[in-house]
Amino acid sequence: MSKQNRTTPEKVIEVTDLVTHYGTRKILDGMNFAVDRGEIRVIMGGSGSGKSTLLWYILGLYKPTSGQIKVLGEDINQISFNEHLKLKQNIGVSFQSGALFSSMTVGDNVAFPLREFTDLDENTIRIITRMKLEVVNLGGFHKLMPSQLSGGMIKRAALARAIVMDPKLLFFDEPSAGLDPVVASEIDDLILSLRDNMGMSMIVVTHELESAFKIADRITFLDQGKNLLTASVDEVKQSKNKRIMDLLQRRSRHDKLDPDEYLRRLTQENYTLS
Amino acid sequence: MTKLTQKLESLGQITVQSLERLGFAMRLFWDSFYWLIVGRKYKQRLRFAQVIKHIKAEGVDALPIVLMLALVVGMMLAIQLIYALQAFGAQSQVLLAIAKSVTREFSPLITGIIVAGRSGAAIAARIGSQTVSQEIDALNVMGVVPVRYLVLPPLLALIISMPLLIIAADIVAIFGGALFSVTKLDMSISAYMVESFNVLVIGDIMQGLIKSVVFGIIIVLVGATTGFYVTNGAEGVGKATTTAVVVSISFIVFADMIASYFLTK
Repeated sequence: MSKQNRTTPEKVIEVTDLVTHYGTRKILDGMNFAVDRGEIRVIMGGSGSGKSTLLWYILGLYKPTSGQIKVLGEDINQISFNEHLKLKQNIGVSFQSGALFSSMTVGDNVAFPLREFTDLDENTIRIITRMKLEVVNLGGFHKLMPSQLSGGMIKRAALARAIVMDPKLLFFDEPSAGLDPVVASEIDDLILSLRDNMGMSMIVVTHELESAFKIADRITFLDQGKNLLTASVDEVKQSKNKRIMDLLQRRSRHDKLDPDEYLRRLTQENYTLS
Repeated sequence: MTKLTQKLESLGQITVQSLERLGFAMRLFWDSFYWLIVGRKYKQRLRFAQVIKHIKAEGVDALPIVLMLALVVGMMLAIQLIYALQAFGAQSQVLLAIAKSVTREFSPLITGIIVAGRSGAAIAARIGSQTVSQEIDALNVMGVVPVRYLVLPPLLALIISMPLLIIAADIVAIFGGALFSVTKLDMSISAYMVESFNVLVIGDIMQGLIKSVVFGIIIVLVGATTGFYVTNGAEGVGKATTTAVVVSISFIVFADMIASYFLTK
C-alpha cells in the first residue's frame, strides 16, 4: 500500500512553477498553488484564465512543460504509472458535464468504482450505492439512465459517483453552471456537508460568485495563467486589485487594443493565436 | 509557389498524423495485452462478462448476415467457375476451386468486410462519443485504464469469434457452391460436401483462420484509434465512424494480399 493511503499530508495539493502549453500557446505560466487538508478552495478567473487547465494537470490527464505537481504528497509526474493509478482511487472528480457513462444506469454509474477497485459483494455494493444516492438526494433513481435525468440530477449523480470511494480529495468543475438558483444552492450545501461530515478536501472551479462566497475557505483567482491572488472570502471582497474588482463587479474587460495585432488578426490568412 | 508550399505542408501534416495514429494503434495493441497479463495485479481486471457480451454483439449477432452472404458468394463462385472451366472441359474441377478459394480467400475477406462494417463502426462510434462526453476522462481520473476497459474486451472477442465465423462461413459457402454445382456435375449435395472437405488440406483452413484473426485485430484497432481521436462533437463521431469502416476495409484488403503472398507457398 502506498503512503498516500495511510496518511493525508497537511498540504493535499502543491503546484510549483507549473508551465503548460496547448500546442504552441502557453496556458499556465509559472503557476504556484497549494491546498490545505480539509479546505474548500474555489478557483475563479475569467474564461481562458487557465482554471480548467490547472484542474486537468493536477488530475494528471496531461504532462506539463515544466514544474512540479504534488497530490496527496506524491509528485504525480515522478511516481510510476501504477502508483498513479492507486493515487487516483483517493480522488473524486465531478465533471462539468457530469460525464456519466451513458450506457449504464445511474446506479451502475455510481457502483462502477466499487466494482472496479473493491472485492465487495453485490449486496454491499448495492447498499453503498443507494446510500450515496441518498446523500445527493437521488434515492430511488438508481434504475434511470443518465439521459432520463435533468441537468441538476446529472450533477448530483456525478457527485455520488465521485464520492462513492470516500476520496480524500474531491474536484468539482463548475458544479452550479447551468442550474437554477435553488438547485445550485442545494449543491453548495451538499459540498459543505461533504467536507464537514467526511473531512474531504475540495477544489471547486466556478464562475458563480454567490456560490464561491458561500462555500470557499479561500479563493484563488487566476489571470493569464498565473495565480493572481489567493485569499479568504473577506479579503477577496475587500481586494483593491483591478482584475478582481472587475470580476466581482461584473465589469467587462478593457484590454488595450494593439492596432497592429488587430490588423493582423483581421487580414492574415493563416493567423493563429501565439 | 505559396500554394505549392501549402499543399506540401498539408501533405506533410497528413503523413505525420497518419504515422501518429499508426503508432497509437500499435500502442493500443501492446497495452491491451500488457493489461491482460498484469491487470489483476493492479486492480485492472478484465471482465469476462464484457468479453462474452462483445462475442455476442460482434460475433453471434453477425452470424446471420455472414452466413447469408457466404451462401451467395459460394453460389456466385460456382456460376463463374463452371462457366470459366467449361472452356477447358474441366467443370469437375469446380469443387476443388470453390473449396480452396472459399477457405483461403473469400470467407475471411467477406467476413472481415462485414464485421468491419458492423463492429468497426460500432467501436469507433462508442469510443468516439465517450471521448466527446468526457467519459474517457472520467475513466482516466478514476484510475481505470481506458484501453483495458474499452479496447481489450472487443479485441479478445474478435480474436475468438472471427475464426469461428470463418469456419461457419466456409461450410455455408461450400454448401452454396454445391447448390449450383450439383445441377451440372451429376453429384448429390452430400457427396459434393464430403468430397470438398476431402480435397482441403489443413493449410487451406489455417490460411483463412490466420487471416481472420489479423482482420479482427485490424477492425478493433482502427475502430478504437479513430474513436479516441474524435474531436468536434457529434459531427466528429459521424466522421470517425465512416473513417473507421473505410480504413479498416482498406487495411483488411491490403493485409489479405500480403498474407496470401506469404501463406501461399
